[in-house]
Formats: sequence, structure tokens, C-alpha cells
Amino acid sequence: MKYEDFKDNEYLEQLRASGTNVIVGRLDDLINWGRSNSVWPLTFATSCCGIEFMAVGAARYDFARFGFEVTRASPRQADVIIVAGTIVHKMAPVLRRLYDQMAEPKYVIAMGGCAISGGPFRNSYHVVQGVNTILPVDVYVPGCPPRPEALLYGMMQLQRKIKVQKFLGEVNRKEKKADK
Amino acid sequence: MSSLKEHILKIVPEAEVSEGEVPVVNVSPGAFRTLAIHLREDAGLQFDYLVCMTGMDFGENLGVYYRFRSTVLRQELTVRVETVNREQPELMTVADLWATAELNEREVFDFFGIRFINHPDMRRLFLRNDWVGHPLRKDYDPALNDVRLHSDETLDTAPVLEVTEEGVVEEKENVVFGDSEYVVNIGPQHPATHGVLRFRVSLEGEMVKKVDVNCGYIHRGIEKMCESMTYPQTLALTDRLDYLSAHQNRHALCRCIEQAMGLEVPERAQYIRTIMDELTRVASHLLFWSTFCMDLGALTAFFYGFRDREKILNLLEETCGGRLIMNYNVIGGVMADIHPRFVEGVKEFIRYLPGAMKEYHEIFTGNVIARQRMRGIGVLSRDKAVSFGVTGPSGRASGWACDVRKLKPYAVYDKVAFDEVLREDGDVFGRYMVRLDEITQSLRILEQLIDNIPAGPYSVKTKPVVKLPEGSYFTSVEASRGEFGVLIESRGEKNPYRLKFRSPGLPLVSVVDTLATGNKIADLIAIGGSLDYVVPDIDR
Repeated sequence: MKYEDFKDNEYLEQLRASGTNVIVGRLDDLINWGRSNSVWPLTFATSCCGIEFMAVGAARYDFARFGFEVTRASPRQADVIIVAGTIVHKMAPVLRRLYDQMAEPKYVIAMGGCAISGGPFRNSYHVVQGVNTILPVDVYVPGCPPRPEALLYGMMQLQRKIKVQKFLGEVNRKEKKADK
Repeated sequence: MSSLKEHILKIVPEAEVSEGEVPVVNVSPGAFRTLAIHLREDAGLQFDYLVCMTGMDFGENLGVYYRFRSTVLRQELTVRVETVNREQPELMTVADLWATAELNEREVFDFFGIRFINHPDMRRLFLRNDWVGHPLRKDYDPALNDVRLHSDETLDTAPVLEVTEEGVVEEKENVVFGDSEYVVNIGPQHPATHGVLRFRVSLEGEMVKKVDVNCGYIHRGIEKMCESMTYPQTLALTDRLDYLSAHQNRHALCRCIEQAMGLEVPERAQYIRTIMDELTRVASHLLFWSTFCMDLGALTAFFYGFRDREKILNLLEETCGGRLIMNYNVIGGVMADIHPRFVEGVKEFIRYLPGAMKEYHEIFTGNVIARQRMRGIGVLSRDKAVSFGVTGPSGRASGWACDVRKLKPYAVYDKVAFDEVLREDGDVFGRYMVRLDEITQSLRILEQLIDNIPAGPYSVKTKPVVKLPEGSYFTSVEASRGEFGVLIESRGEKNPYRLKFRSPGLPLVSVVDTLATGNKIADLIAIGGSLDYVVPDIDR
């Protein structure tokens, strides 16, 4: 794949094209620069993709280069949940609870075919047809399992997304309680 | 073989016994329990290992296939039992005779609704407690169960069926955890459970009193899906069971289909398959070493192990195109020929790894703290290993010679010299050392094969739609974690009537309770790590 082809989601930067307040905007940029370079993932893997997730953490692919290496065992300390693997009916409430336990601002990456749509197990009686039915997904990384490079690319897309967000007055605000 | 038949007919005169390499005994549910006791106890039978227990929906009735093996007399036997009816399917338990039956019977109950009388714990094994119906029955309606986002209720009591002295079956309740017990929940999201496994542990201070295993958090219903797929399509799902034994799993299913078809696999394909199996085994054991050491606090080991594992993944990727899920074996051979650089690459790896192994032993095996955490912890005796069906490196660490590559050589394992690594200690350290020694043996096998791959076709052409003759077929191979078996029940269609995978993982978790009880809670992590289960393989 050529390098130019990676620059697809151009619209992301256009979200800020209308302009923002100079002082707040600059402060946002500074905060977002820090946030996007210290995205801590939750140690969460259900199946095959989890092994590739581990491989990305190991020396060869080394996601510490991007500031992703601090995998947290507790959702309270994590910024992003990488849904690596199939989510089945029995796991769905657990995943939802893990997501709810994470502090705002939080992000979701759906890694692999199973997390995106059910993948090869779509016809199964016990598989959730994509995690977007239970969580809001920010980045989809296709593959079965995705190559480590693909996951890195997906996480870089998340960094871009974080960089164009308004932090002050928007994502730093407390999440509204969901209607139960 | 006929003496075996005579012996069985003496116990149960009305049973039907078929001839063949593995005799099939057709027995009524009433006589099954008597037969089972004799199979276990009699000197001429001694079937001490229950290989595989397969629930079946025969159409009219439900039933179970039991496949037994005698580790002493080296003979095998299949017993077929049908329930009396579909509405109230009940069978007698054999969990007291073969410990592995305990979880397997719960699985059969979960999938088919067959209830086992006198079984101590008839909860569902994989599905939610509020699940409606039994999914592997042919008349199951998937519309009954949608995704539920409220938490599954955890049961502290288990329903049981007990038969009274008058022969009446009564429903009772068994207490799993009493009100006064201190229960700690571990998982399903916990880094040390190697996936999404859930333990409920009852503690007395720091000591473990009881472990209750909760599976099913990655139960993907592969067996049911296979029933609506053609045979070549089912192959793709095997790689995703135990993804660290992707080649071996697929090898097992290919071999089972090939045997049923009577297909001869070319010599070259046999060599390539064996080489791939062994490379996968080395990669898997390297990953075991990395994660196990990380569980015990040695983070450096994780990077060392993954560094060397990547070298194998490179080799596999060049030839198969995939790093983890290879999809390489096909019915009749392999998908594509080996890469021109493959042979050279494997040789280079064989030269490289022994040096790295020395490093592994220096960094972790000799460490005083590591030894204290491993030696004498979680001892599994040979009898228990056989009874629980704990195969693979974990079984061999207890002194049970259970290597399928030696017992029933397949592919080209009969042409190579290698030692079956056996140890007597049966503790965490034993299981750890068996795996490291097996890497050395795998390298030995690779060394003997890599220069001698014969020329010729790498695959025979088969039709895209394969039909197997009517019957039931069972094959097993030695996967990285133990015996991986495939049972195909064919009705002559283009898709299997029932496909069952005998996973090595389920017996491994069933033994956690026995091993961890009486040890400290920190040892639970060491014990779990040393058993090296892969959760999607347990749940299927």
C-alpha cells in the first residue's frame, strides 16, 4: 500500500475547519497532543485477535512508540477498549459493564471481523452481530485477525480523531446518565 | 478383538456389538451404568480414559457417544446410548468413574438437555442460566434468545437429580457455595486467566478451599455452525478454536474427512503438514513460556519469547500467507506449495533457537524465586491425570505417556526419531519443563524432515462439495495442548450431521479445582498458567 493511500479520512481535520476560539483552541491542541500520545488501552481480549494485540505490544511492533504501551488491567484507568475477538451473548453484559466503568473521555476500537460484524461466526446462535450494537465504536480494524500493522494504523486513526476533538467544554464534561 | 466382544456380551447380553477396528456397543440406558462400571473395573477391560463424550440428537431420540481408551491394554471402544424419549431425556452419570465426565455431562446437558441422574451439579456449563432451550437439538429455534444486556445471575446452588433406594428419581439442590463462605470472583476480564475464563474461588484466609469454573464467555457455537456448512467450509473454523494450534486442529479435521473418504494424501503433503505442526508447537510453547513467566512477574521473558516466536511467524507467513490463522491444510493436502526460502529459513531457525533456549533457562528456570513458586505446587498424580483426561504436556508431566504421535503415529511421525518427554513430578515446574524440553524434541523432528521433503504433488484434487459415506468417524492428533479429536457423524450428506471437537482445553480447566485446593490464591495463577489452556478451545 502506498503511503498516500493511508491519508484517507480527510474529513476528520475538516471538522475543525470552521475555526475555534484562539486561546481555547490552542489549549485544546496542547491537551489533545498529550492525550493522543498517551492512549492507555484496557487489557481486554477474548480470542485470536488478543494474541495479535499481544504481538503488537511485544518488541517487534512495539506500540510503546505511540504511547499505547501502558495496558491497564482495570477499566477505571483505561482510555480505550480494544475489543479484540468475538463477543458472545454471555460476554455482552460484561463488556457493556467494562465500558460503563471506564472514565470519560473513552474510546472503542473494534478489532477484527468478529468484533465488527460477527465475522466468520455471524450465523451462530450465541454471537453478537458486531459490538456496535452494544457500544459506540470509534475505529474499525478489519482482518481475521488484523495484522499488527493494521492495528497500529487503526490506533493512529484514533489519535487523529482525538486531536480534532474539543476537549474543554465538550469531552471533558461528565457523561450524562443513560436512561435505564 | 472378539474376546472384547464376548466379554461385553457376558456383562450385558442384550447389547449389540459391531465389529471393526473400534467396536461400537449399542446399549440401552437401563443397562448402561452396569456396563460402565465393568468397563472401568474389569481386569480384561480397564478402560480408564474417557477420550470423548459426544451428545447426539439422533432425530427421534437424544443420546450420547462415549469413546473409551485403555491406557494399560491399549484398546478402544465406543458406547452408544440412546435416551428413552425426547421430552424427559435422562441418563445415569459416570462422573464418579471418570472425572472428566463431570464437565462433559454438563456440556451435554447444556447443548441437548439430557439430564444425568446422580450428577452432583446439573447447571449449564456454557450458556446463560436464563437461556431458553438447548441449541444443538435439531429443533432448536434461534429466535428464542436475543442479546441480553442485564447481568447473568450467578447461582450458588446447583440442581441435581438423585435416585432414591426405591428407584424413584427426585429433584434436589446441591449447595455450591454456602452463605458463610468467602467467595472471590476472578474474571472473566482478568489478565491472568488467559482470555475470558471466570473462576469463583472460596477462600479461607489466603488458602483456596474450592474453585468453581464458569465457562462460556467465548462460546461461539462452532459445532452447531458446522452442521450447516459443507465439509471444506468447516475447515476454516478449526483454526479459530485453539488459535495457537491452528495447524494441528485443521490437520485433525482434514485427516478425519480424508479417512472417511478413503483419500490418500501425497507424501509431500504429509511431510509439509508434519513440519508445520511442529513449527506451530514450538511457537505455541514459546508463547506459553512468555505468558507464564509474565504471570509470575518476569516481564522480560515476554519480550524474549515473542521475539523468537516472530521468527516462526515469518516462516509461516511466507508459505501460508497468515501469521496466526493460517488456513493452510485442505482436504487432500495443503493449500499451496512451500515458499522457495522456506527450507533455508527453517534450518536457520533450528540453528538459532538452542542458543535462545539456554538464555531462557538462565533468565527464568534457574531463578530461586521462580523455583519456589513452581516446585511442589499443584501436584497432579498420574491416576488423576488419566481420570480427568488431562493430555498433552500437562499429562506427560504427571508421567502419563499420552502422546498421540507415539501411540498412533499419523502423517510422518513414524519415520522420525524423537523422545516423548515424560516427568514424574506432576507439579507446576514439571509442566513447565516438559514444554521447554518438547521444543528441543520438535527441533529434532524438524531437523530430520526439513532436508528430506520428497518431490511430488502437494495436494490431490478434490471436488468443492464432498460427501462422506454414512457412519461415524473419529480421529485425533497431538495438538500443542493435548489430544485434539474430531468426531464426524455423517448421514451421507454434503454437510456433517454432527461434528464434535474433543478439545484438550476442557479437561485442563476441570482439573484446576483439584490442583488449587489447599494452595494459596497466588498459586492459582501459577497453576492456571502452567496448564496453558486457551479459552476459545474450551468453549468452542
